[in-house]
Amino acid sequence: MPIFSFYIINKAGGLIYQKDFEDYKANKLMVNEHLRLGGFFHGIHAIAAQVAPVAGSSGVEEIEASTVKLRCFQALTGTKFFVTASPSQASLDVFLSQVYEYYADFVLKNPFYELEQPIQGCDKFVAHLDALVASLSA
Amino acid sequence: MSSKASLQRTGDSAFKRMDHVSSELFTLTYGSLVLQLIEDFEDYAEVNNQLERMGNNIGQRLIEEFLAKSRVSKCGDFAETCEVIALVGFRMFLGVTGTVSQSAKEPHVCHITLASNPLLDFVELPDEAKGVLQYSNILVGVLKGALEMVQMRVDVEVVHDPLVGDEATELKLTLLEIINDEPPPDDE
Repeated sequence: MPIFSFYIINKAGGLIYQKDFEDYKANKLMVNEHLRLGGFFHGIHAIAAQVAPVAGSSGVEEIEASTVKLRCFQALTGTKFFVTASPSQASLDVFLSQVYEYYADFVLKNPFYELEQPIQGCDKFVAHLDALVASLSA
Repeated sequence: MSSKASLQRTGDSAFKRMDHVSSELFTLTYGSLVLQLIEDFEDYAEVNNQLERMGNNIGQRLIEEFLAKSRVSKCGDFAETCEVIALVGFRMFLGVTGTVSQSAKEPHVCHITLASNPLLDFVELPDEAKGVLQYSNILVGVLKGALEMVQMRVDVEVVHDPLVGDEATELKLTLLEIINDEPPPDDE
């Protein structure tokens, strides 16, 4: 039950973090393609909230296909976290809210991290993320 | 809207999940920070500004931790927001709770009263600082910064301060506007 790839998008739609995991083997994307995918998802999310048949929609939460699913979590501040995994992968929402806590602890509390900028050099965040993914894939 | 009792429970469980430091260490660290600012700027009004600026930067980051760890959901109105701040937010980060009072005439104004304010534990202001230095001004900045990140522009004021003889710390929150980041419908 592998997890393929994880993304964080800031509230303006810019990709600030992306990581592929071991199980992601098929045609890997280049950096620019990841950026485009992030921005594209931001757009879909916004459009979905607008065209939803009910008022007050919170946008896309999950997209599922036969070989992959995408789960998205949007914080109340507008920061979006999304992950791609195999369709059988359970409890992705728990995974995402746990990553949100790591983001609050290890990215935002790092005094050298600038808000809304790409996440670089936050090794503790990456270590925790990796450990979490490993525990899910095991 | 969540009831007071359930918010209190949320606050307690969030408080338990947080890492804790000695409140004495915290109080003394804050005190030396304020003192250093006074030495550096030699002007109480400027110290107030600096404290608010620092608070603002803290608030902008703190809000995500608050949301991630308290697991509160979206607030229905401004009064609920203030209840959540008083019962969950202050509990999580300062270990105290506040009481909210609001008059029906002014739904956009809320007062949060903190019966105990850990920032002030050992503090006595010298006479020349009374009424000029807002010792707890960092709270003003934190609240402003945090609420701005969840699309609320608010004005915050310390209206009562035990350091100048009042009974408790009272903060006045005024909702100025809800920031709508969606473009207007006719925007092409």
